[in-house]
Amino acid sequence: MPSGLVGMVGLFAVWEAASRSEVVPSNYLVPPSIVLPTMVSMLGDIEFLRAVIATVLAAVIALAIAVAVAVPAGLVLGSVPAVRRAAMTLVEFLRPIPSVALIPLAMMTFGTGPETKITLAVYAAVWPILFNTIYALDELDPLHVDTARAFGTSRVGVLTRVALPSAAPFVLTGVRLSAAMALAVVVSTELLSGGTPGIGRYIMVANSSGSYMDEVLAGTVLAGLIGYAANAGLERLHRRLFSWSTPKGVDQ
Amino acid sequence: MSPMLEVTGLGHTYEAKDGAHTAISGLSFTVENGELLCVVGPSGCGKSTLLRAISGLIRPSEGTVSLHGTPVEGVPADLAVVFQDYSRSLFPWLSVQRNVEFPLRDLPRAERHERAEEALAAVGLSAAARKHPWQLSGGMQQRVAIARALAYRPALLLMDEPFASVDAQTRFELEDLLLRVRREQETTVMLVTHDIDESVYLGDRVLVLSKSPATAVAALDVPLGAEREQIATRASEEFVDLRARVAGLLQAREPVEA
Repeated sequence: MPSGLVGMVGLFAVWEAASRSEVVPSNYLVPPSIVLPTMVSMLGDIEFLRAVIATVLAAVIALAIAVAVAVPAGLVLGSVPAVRRAAMTLVEFLRPIPSVALIPLAMMTFGTGPETKITLAVYAAVWPILFNTIYALDELDPLHVDTARAFGTSRVGVLTRVALPSAAPFVLTGVRLSAAMALAVVVSTELLSGGTPGIGRYIMVANSSGSYMDEVLAGTVLAGLIGYAANAGLERLHRRLFSWSTPKGVDQ
Repeated sequence: MSPMLEVTGLGHTYEAKDGAHTAISGLSFTVENGELLCVVGPSGCGKSTLLRAISGLIRPSEGTVSLHGTPVEGVPADLAVVFQDYSRSLFPWLSVQRNVEFPLRDLPRAERHERAEEALAAVGLSAAARKHPWQLSGGMQQRVAIARALAYRPALLLMDEPFASVDAQTRFELEDLLLRVRREQETTVMLVTHDIDESVYLGDRVLVLSKSPATAVAALDVPLGAEREQIATRASEEFVDLRARVAGLLQAREPVEA
């Protein structure tokens, strides 16, 4: 068994034991031996698959918008001290506000369509990418900048040909953290606002219909699995693209 | 004909909250076309400030720098710098080939490739073109930095303690590489070092700077000829005599007639 799975297996074992021994009533905490087969059979249900696709699509769109907003903003905040001084108080004020606290405002503004959950997920996903971009520029080696400038590279050239590639691994780490947040916020918004189809609404409907705790938990586990897959995929991408940022020593 | 580089009355003062620091003051000298001038001075005497002023990275507080007769405003187009710290001067996300091509952005692709390949061949690194800098030894990395500067075909090549961070054996190899390449390509070079032996071994002329604020103490001709050899040249009577004179001048604080 791969050592990475020990924690997962441990969690399922504790869950199974807690449920079987009725420490937590098993009609609430349905054991994984029932939840996992339920999840598999749900994946054969076209209605549920649509919900999963809707959720994943919303999270992917939100992540793409977050990247498009946060990377340029981070480059400006990271390289123009005056803008940074002016904007940082605002940023530090906005950042701790939980996205779900903005659900009422977002619903009033965007209605109950997918715009609401996407907007809220963008809001949550922007911060890790923004901060990682800013900090990456702080770490930019001044000698790299001098080298580029001494070869006649313009200010914009230094930003795009030196600062951006040098910041890229940090930015991708931010994207990886944001992916999980975007997914969590999309599911939460679906669950709390109920508007559009998605895993969250599926969980909510199954829960309000009373006796479908196995489906509630199956949806929850699936959300976790999707998050895990997204993270693993982005980690692999990181290793492929940025082998230079983790030098493996000298080979000569 | 005007000299390749003419520095007149150059001075630079860094303003800081706890008082100003004058790094160089009243510094004047020239670098002739095709010459290899070594600038030697005690540690912390403002050599880096001098290079930054010549390469246009800072605007000096006083004096002028002219490159083949034209006053330097901003970064001159036909000048390249090789820094001491090769590991931080090469871009780790680019292959060796792309690092060398970095300054050639405005050229057509084919010409960029050709120039990079030529420069890498000149420093004996053709085989490493597709590697990344961090896969190479320190000496090889500095050769990549030299190749990058050569590919740019600068009128003036500035070198800031280029061999100070490599081991002694590699250092000898790189020194001889520099001598061969500048002979082949007729490059004008100004090389800054704190190493007296190196300045005499490499230079056509040695400019001795005083302690900070740096000012020119003397310029010394090095009549050792174009062909030099690490062991024989360094053992020659002329070499030993010259290094003693440079050492003596380094002790002096006031400008003297060399």
